[in-house]
Amino acid sequence: MRNVRSTLITAATWVIAVLFFFPVAWMVFTSFKSESAAAANPPSFFTELSFQQYAAVFDRGMGSYLLNSLMASFGSTLIVLLLAIPAAYALSVRPIKRIQDVLFFFISTRFLPAAASIIPVFFILKTIGALDNINALIFLYAAMNLPIAVWMMRSFFSEVPLEIIEAAQIDGANLRTEMLRVVLPILLPGIAAVALICFIFSWNEYFLATLLTTFNARTTPPFLASFVDGRGQFLAVLSAASTLAVLPVVAAGWLAQKQLVRGLAMGAVK
Amino acid sequence: MLLGRRAVAVGTGLVVAALALSGCAGAGGGGAASGKKVTLTLATVNNPQMKDMEQLKGTFEKENPNIKVNFVQMEEGDLRAAVTADVASGAGQYDVVTVGAYEVPQWGKLGWLRDLTPDLKDAKYDVKDILAPVRKAISVDGKQYAVPFYGESSMLMYNKELFAAAGLTMPANPTWQEVAGFAKALKTPDRAGICLRGKPGWGDLFAPLTTVVQTFGGAWYDSKWKAQVDSKEFTEGVNFYVNLLKDAGEKDPVSNSFTECLNLLSTGKAAMWYDATSAAGSLEDPKASTVAGKMGYAPAPVYKTKASGWLWSWNLAVPKTTKNPAAATTFVKWATSKEYQQLVGKTLGWTRVPPGARNSTYEIPEYKKAAAAFGPITLQAMNSVNPEQPGLNPQPWVGIQYVTIPEFQDVGNQVAQLVADAIAGRSTVEDALAKGQKIAQVAGDKQK
Amino acid sequence: MTTTVSPTRGTPGATPSSVTKSPGAVHLKPAARTKARQARALVMPALFFSIALTQIPFLVTIYFSFLDWNQLRPDAIKFTWFSNYVTVFTGPDFLSSLWATVTITGSAVILSLLFGLLFAILLDRKFVGQGFARTLMITPFLIMPAAAALIWKFSMLDANVGMVNVGLNLIGIPSVAWNTDFPAVTIIMLLTWQYTPFMMLILLAGLQSQSREVLEAAAVDGAGPWRTFQWMTLPHLRQYIEIATLLGGIMLLQVFDPIAIMTKGTGGTKTLSYLLYERAFIGLDVGQAAAYGVVTVIITIVVATVALRTLFRVFMEGGTR
Repeated sequence: MRNVRSTLITAATWVIAVLFFFPVAWMVFTSFKSESAAAANPPSFFTELSFQQYAAVFDRGMGSYLLNSLMASFGSTLIVLLLAIPAAYALSVRPIKRIQDVLFFFISTRFLPAAASIIPVFFILKTIGALDNINALIFLYAAMNLPIAVWMMRSFFSEVPLEIIEAAQIDGANLRTEMLRVVLPILLPGIAAVALICFIFSWNEYFLATLLTTFNARTTPPFLASFVDGRGQFLAVLSAASTLAVLPVVAAGWLAQKQLVRGLAMGAVK
Repeated sequence: MLLGRRAVAVGTGLVVAALALSGCAGAGGGGAASGKKVTLTLATVNNPQMKDMEQLKGTFEKENPNIKVNFVQMEEGDLRAAVTADVASGAGQYDVVTVGAYEVPQWGKLGWLRDLTPDLKDAKYDVKDILAPVRKAISVDGKQYAVPFYGESSMLMYNKELFAAAGLTMPANPTWQEVAGFAKALKTPDRAGICLRGKPGWGDLFAPLTTVVQTFGGAWYDSKWKAQVDSKEFTEGVNFYVNLLKDAGEKDPVSNSFTECLNLLSTGKAAMWYDATSAAGSLEDPKASTVAGKMGYAPAPVYKTKASGWLWSWNLAVPKTTKNPAAATTFVKWATSKEYQQLVGKTLGWTRVPPGARNSTYEIPEYKKAAAAFGPITLQAMNSVNPEQPGLNPQPWVGIQYVTIPEFQDVGNQVAQLVADAIAGRSTVEDALAKGQKIAQVAGDKQK
Repeated sequence: MTTTVSPTRGTPGATPSSVTKSPGAVHLKPAARTKARQARALVMPALFFSIALTQIPFLVTIYFSFLDWNQLRPDAIKFTWFSNYVTVFTGPDFLSSLWATVTITGSAVILSLLFGLLFAILLDRKFVGQGFARTLMITPFLIMPAAAALIWKFSMLDANVGMVNVGLNLIGIPSVAWNTDFPAVTIIMLLTWQYTPFMMLILLAGLQSQSREVLEAAAVDGAGPWRTFQWMTLPHLRQYIEIATLLGGIMLLQVFDPIAIMTKGTGGTKTLSYLLYERAFIGLDVGQAAAYGVVTVIITIVVATVALRTLFRVFMEGGTR
């Protein structure tokens, strides 16, 4: 009886997982079809598959956009980690006044919709000559992700047992050793989780990239949005472009999912 | 005090570093001195004709070894936002911009675009060859601020096979009532009788809808800028359009604009389509369309006016802020020259020649042959429309499916969203237009 | 705000450090003062980075909100004090847009939280291919929103070849015109699909951090699975639910891509962030867009403060120790 129920639940889990994944699977499947097979109704399951659409995508120069996206995402994630780790550490382990105010300030910087701040940002970048500049994008994405990073990381730090830190202090460890030797190793899964989330958000950002870059620093999302071009059928080639656009983040997410769960479950350290 | 002195130093250092970093890299990307290598940045819309231009830019770069052209393709809304912000702020990132017929006269008047009249005078370029209504729409006080890359009017496209199978014949000059009858007769559960744009947007839904309103006798404004959106004629036109969509239109109209309807037509899922004349080139391309050779074309349906149909052109212009005006103008002239049309025809196929810009396009023997089905009707439609008075009554602006005031795209968009609610049955056309009237009147008051 | 600092939660068994009970730095012992200085030095770079990159643009936004400035009328820019704010509060757009934001964000948060909880519970069992099932389930969160919107529009919800409609047809239901007839539902559905994995991950983390012994003890004591869930698991998860709601809410509030790609703001989908985009880039009204932006920030701060103070223990506690 118990076994039957358990099997049923497992089966239900699988059905849900497959249904949930279906749009992604269908996108990948469609990307290997020909355009006419992709537009067929009823949908074609047995059809000739090829890499032809991917060749077409790279013909349209997607490579340089992917490269810019990689730079913007890696660069901004690095900055976020460099700034957020010390800040979160201080906010959780060290005494500081008005912690709530500081934390709240960080999180509130995410409240202004991009559409409202983009014109000021545009003018500021224009003034300092930093339009269409990948570095500007890196800094902006870092600022965009910093609040969430500080906030998440602080809750991880809060889970580091105080005894460990105090023990280190008694041993005479200074601030830097205390952080590098004692606290960081415990937090690695948490840091990985935060880094991945920052990477995802930077990789996916569309709005700032569209308006603040032109050619040299343009990233993948605006390219993708301009991809459907109104010459007949496009479903297969759009699917190929979408698959390429999401591939790096999906791969990273799949590889790092254990860290992600462990990182978010930092409470388990307790 | 939360902010210690040391911290201020750290923070300031960071900001300075950020600015320095970005400043350095920013300077490198800009223009170059004359005589040296020049890189042009071109902003354009993601339409197929522009993608062809990007594909062929190598020929230009070979002919002009000192000039390199970088293309930035954008979705139409993004293009408007990005280019407007760039040109209005004088950021000067783009050397060549693609501007719609709606914006050219406004931007020209504001002094944002270079007056190209003197550059276009040489006999070889033959500026008089450009279609007269298009030139009229993109010139202000005799100064031409842009050159059409391609132009279009609107027409009715129909699947001849389906018409023959149903025993129907398309008249030479159909009326909207006749078209509605055909659409209902041809609708099946799997096939729309007619595809019409329903995506809320002034350039989407309201492009065809405004021409319908005009031939029903309506207009956005009267000659004194009084809004006419809730008038009897405007309401009648919108009601007709909405009912036609409900009775015989495609299944999910709010999703659909040009691209989506083209997709339905080219896979045989709609029998008729009222849209841009420039669609014909794609419909007749056997590689992309299953209905190539089966399509018939008729002038835009009418009701109270003699002719209907919109007038649109995507134009290339040179912003005043460019650092490379000479190179930019050279490119603009190349891309809109007679030679470019030959180049497209010979390398990519004659149906892909950018239509509706030059009269001489329609004299090219190869093009005449390839575009026999839709070439003459396109030229006829474009030359028969009157952008100075498209409807029954005089209007204080030049333009058919748009009103040449800065507020129009906002007004058009908002009213389009209201009409989309009516299409979905969440409100009535009358309610939607009553609200639209107020929105339109606010903008109208600013013109007085 | 200093006075509202709540008592330390304190890790069980750990001795609270000497400073936590006295909020003012004046009372600190010399050693503690050094520590406090160090702490500030650690926070400052992040703080200044945030201020420089978010507050300067925000100040400029506030300034712009007092201007009458249409991008296409560059000669007519003038200072108008609060007239943009008057337009915001008297115009017809604001309230309907606020309502759209509340319904879309609220429904998406609640639905993705519920689905996320369900999936987390299903995945928190040992079964064949557990890791693979989790991999499949987290994927939607990793998909670029622009790509997700395009794929859903053209591949899933299309009236002719969309797989959702094909599926409905299979069970005898005619195709649904999603964007036309159910625009808000369409957007909520897509957002729920994208954010369920995010909620699921956080909640799964919460479930896995539960002490097994306690759960087993409960089972030995004869508590049924439902009672155990209600009395042990849910209270334990509360903190995780709060984090998930807060982070998910903030991200969903800013959603733009699917609305721009699928519904264009029709039928109750014109959220504040889409309205802002319209004012700035279709209305070209920089001043009004800035005013909407400032109002949005104020509303969000008020809502967030109330929520954090009253609902979210997690934010109040455990901040210091």
